[in-house]
Formats: sequence, C-alpha cells, structure tokens
Amino acid sequence: MTPEEVKHHIKTYVLVFVALMFLTVVTVAISYIDLGVKGGIALGLFVASIKASLVACYFMHLIDEKTTIYWTLIATAISFLILIFLPVGAFLAQARIY
Amino acid sequence: MDIPFNVKERPDTGLYNGKLGIWFFLASEVMLFGGLFSAYIFLRTGVDNWPAGTDYLDVPLATLNTLFLISSSVTMVMSWASLKLNDFKKYKLYTLITLLFAFGFLVIKYFEYSAKFAHNPPYLPSTNNFLGIYFTMTGLHVLHIIGGILVIGYFYGPGSKMWDSEPERFTNRIEIVGLYWHFVDLVWIFLFPVLYLL
Repeated sequence: MTPEEVKHHIKTYVLVFVALMFLTVVTVAISYIDLGVKGGIALGLFVASIKASLVACYFMHLIDEKTTIYWTLIATAISFLILIFLPVGAFLAQARIY
Repeated sequence: MDIPFNVKERPDTGLYNGKLGIWFFLASEVMLFGGLFSAYIFLRTGVDNWPAGTDYLDVPLATLNTLFLISSSVTMVMSWASLKLNDFKKYKLYTLITLLFAFGFLVIKYFEYSAKFAHNPPYLPSTNNFLGIYFTMTGLHVLHIIGGILVIGYFYGPGSKMWDSEPERFTNRIEIVGLYWHFVDLVWIFLFPVLYLL
C-alpha cells in the first residue's frame, strides 16, 4: 500500500466515523418513535446492520479482502444463521405439541 | 525456528498467517455471541411481556459508551494507518487515545453496574430473565474490552519495541489487534439497541 493510498484510506475512515456517530443518534431517536414492537425492532436492527457493515467494510477492510477470508465468513454466516433460527424451530415444535 | 509467513503472504491463502488466524478466531467469537443472541431471542419470544430496556437501563450512559467505542475504533485504525505511513509518534498517540476511550467505556460500565446493584431491591442477574441476559451479554463484552485493553496496552508499551527491529511484522500485529477491537465494537453496535432500546 503506497502512502497516497493510506492517506486516501484515512479520509474514508473519517467519513465512516462521522456516519457512525450520526447513525448512533438515529438509533436512539428511533427508540423514541412509536413504531410498535415489531416495527421498532426491524428499524433498530436495520440501522445497527448499516453501522456494523460500515465497521466491517472499512475499518476491518472487508470491502477489499482476499477470497480466503470471504469463504471463512460465508461458512461463519451460515453457522450463525442456523444458531439464530434454532429458537424458531423449537417454537414451531412446541406449537405442534400444544 | 522462525514462524513462517508472519510478514510475507502465504501463496495458497494470499494472507500472512496471523491474519487468517485472527479471522478464524473472530469466526468462533461470532458463534459465541451468536449463541447468546439466540438465547435472547428464545427468552424474549417465550413470554408475553418483555420489559423495555428503559425500565432498568440507563440509555444516555449507554449512548455515551457507544460513542466511546466508535471513537476508539477509528483511533485504532488510525494507529495502524500511522504505522503504514512510518509515523511511530502518531501511532503512539492514537493508541493512547484508543486506550483512554476503552478505559472510559469501563468506567461508565462500572457506574451502570453499580447503580443496578445499589437499587432497592437490587437488580441482579437472578432478578429476572431480562437482567440475567443483560448481565451475561454485557459482562462477556466487558471481558472482551478488558482483553483488548491488555493487548493494546502491551503493544503501546513493551511490545512496541518490535517496531525498531521488524516494522512490517509489528504493523501486521497492530492490524490483527485492530481487527479484534473492531469486532468488539461491532458486537456492541448490536448489543446497544437490542438490550437498551428495543
């Protein structure tokens, strides 16, 4: 990475930092709006996902990484989704019993 | 015997070994926190009335902590960028600021926890499921912050001597520490709305 490229990256970091600060304020503001439980959760998690994507893409450089890391993360994402949706399966099974 | 590929990239992975290692570690961390988020969904959907975070928790303090962690993430990446620009003094400055933000996070967390314990009756992990999952998730996150402080502190102090002998390897080490620290920030980005706001 040349010094010019690093300096360009630094400008991006500052912009991402400002965006993250702004989105934090948005996250808190959303919680004061009555969107119902489902609407509030959906919008809150949507904003959190944007913030997380900014951190992952720019601070963790995932926007420009090697394929090995992408494959590792795809495997992780699949395992994570299975883990998160396990409760849903458990509830469906419970609903059949009762 | 020298550890291979700690600076040069391995031809088959295209990465130096430490970087692939930290990503494998972070993958395991995703599963660790994922299990707890899964438990949270299980507990929350299992009851008709789940308390609002504001019933028990201090949103302004948590918002301040969010701003601290985001700021520490940007100073962490700036410390790595400073090394890439061969500016060791700026590296030290940004690392010190990162540490200060991290300590700031811990101090605020201390006040938050203290207020819970001092409440009459005290808010304990055993009080209800909400507080149980709150203390478990934030407690594990705080342990990660403490771990990060120890490692970043080491590279601010004695570990920084490597810059004189092996600058590229040292820069890679800071990149690896940074990846861990950004992950800790990333977890908080989800913990904050899930526990405090939704």
